[in-house]
Amino acid sequence: MAARLNIHTIAMWLLPALFLAVYLAPLLGVFGWSVSRPEPGAENYVRMLTDADALNIMLRTARVCILVTLTSVLLAYLLAYHWVFGSPARKLFMELCIFIPFWISVLIRAFGWVVILRNKGILNETLLSIGAIAEPLTLVRTEFSVILGMVHFLVPFAVFPIASVMRQIDSRVLLASRGMGASPGFTFWNVFLPLTVPGILASVIIVFVFALGFFITPAILGGGKIVMIAEYIYIQMFQTSNWGFGAALSIGVLAVVAAMAGLLFKVIRPERLVK
Amino acid sequence: MTRKPLNLQSWLLKLAAVLTGLFMLMPLVAVIPVSFTPKRFLSLPKGDWSLRHYQALLTDEAWLASISDSVLVALASSVIATVLAAAFALGLWFRQPRYGGALVGLALLPMAVPPVVSAVIIYFLQARIGLIDTYAGLILTHVIMVTPFAVIVMLTATSRLDKSLELASRNLGASRMQTTFWVVLPNLKFGLFSAWFLSLVLSWEEIAVTLFVSGIDVITLPKRIWDGLRLNVDPIIAAVSVILMVLTTIAIVAKTLHEHRKGKSGS
Repeated sequence: MAARLNIHTIAMWLLPALFLAVYLAPLLGVFGWSVSRPEPGAENYVRMLTDADALNIMLRTARVCILVTLTSVLLAYLLAYHWVFGSPARKLFMELCIFIPFWISVLIRAFGWVVILRNKGILNETLLSIGAIAEPLTLVRTEFSVILGMVHFLVPFAVFPIASVMRQIDSRVLLASRGMGASPGFTFWNVFLPLTVPGILASVIIVFVFALGFFITPAILGGGKIVMIAEYIYIQMFQTSNWGFGAALSIGVLAVVAAMAGLLFKVIRPERLVK
Repeated sequence: MTRKPLNLQSWLLKLAAVLTGLFMLMPLVAVIPVSFTPKRFLSLPKGDWSLRHYQALLTDEAWLASISDSVLVALASSVIATVLAAAFALGLWFRQPRYGGALVGLALLPMAVPPVVSAVIIYFLQARIGLIDTYAGLILTHVIMVTPFAVIVMLTATSRLDKSLELASRNLGASRMQTTFWVVLPNLKFGLFSAWFLSLVLSWEEIAVTLFVSGIDVITLPKRIWDGLRLNVDPIIAAVSVILMVLTTIAIVAKTLHEHRKGKSGS
């Protein structure tokens, strides 16, 4: 039968047509801004790679993202392991510790850290009252608080791919290793860990990409002092009205994310992760 | 019972995992006492717990207006997102075109792009057509941001449908329309509900892009919380947070306990 226009073809094209008009076309428009404002040319991109401010912010973004990724994936591995292999009670506990924060708004989670970390916050008051410190510690508006808040946000996202790979491991392989005389430590490092590498890689890429475009937590816990690339874009667009430069930075972030996504699909098979 | 594959369950690792779990809950718990402070500023109640910030929340017109803005935008965008995602998934299921992969890629694009970049893209569009800070503009924004998640749910649902359903229906004389609405759609009820509910929650919580495209005429609840956090931190934010957290936690605990009980009786 010829591919004539029927109701299913129309239904199928509704969403793609909408996204072509309201997402893909404006994306091209943003690219247009980046090479035309304030003047035609690649000036915005040159500035992105030479301007000291921009470079510093990119450097900080890279540093924070790498630290956040390593910490999140490590903690996620620990949680995932006990979620998958723990006793029923521990499984339940881990599941709640993963899902309750996961479903609670990013704003509330960042606010919770403000309550704990600010100068008159719970942590400082406690430390002062037991005499561990004489002066309140400055904990908010530091890179430390930004990293803490981001790790807290991203751990659940890192748990899912790792846990799904752990669930697929055939426990007979591990028993075989133990049965042939390998120590638990040897079995972990040489059998279990290598089997979970695809999950770890997926987590690393997902967390890194999320961290890179992350805006809310750094803005609240960094208080305008710890500016990263996403907030820098916001400032360019809405405070200094450098639309061309903001657009160029957006295209830059998009290029890095596209490269990472390409890596995700090349290095590992994502279909393994959705089981 | 789960067979422990490794003898790695030393108390040290258990402790580390439990501490990590507590770390995940810590900021949520910390908000609770602050919401009961009798003072006008963020502080811990010292024996003098008060409900004034909960009262303030229920009588403050600005906060109530934000709640109704959020409900309106979330209801509208979740229904539109579900219809679009269902039409898309059903169309693909019936037609199965060779270029289906490319269409799915396009439908999922706003989910893969960092929110700040989506925000710039949507801002560019809405500044052009004059939709900034309108209900229509914000609903369109939320539809763009949440539909990819609804699409994933609907694609998962249709992938479990048996293709012979269509053949049987058509052979029995049902038209294309009748097959779609009376035979196939009823089999997708659960998927449709999941897609709608996920869209509703995601829209209700959306802040990253909302921040760029609204803020004076239309102020959703997350946007008002954001303003409060940036300007002067009022304990009313703690009260809002506690209410939202309690709702979420009840839902998750109920779901998790239900699943664990089912898992136990099933095995």
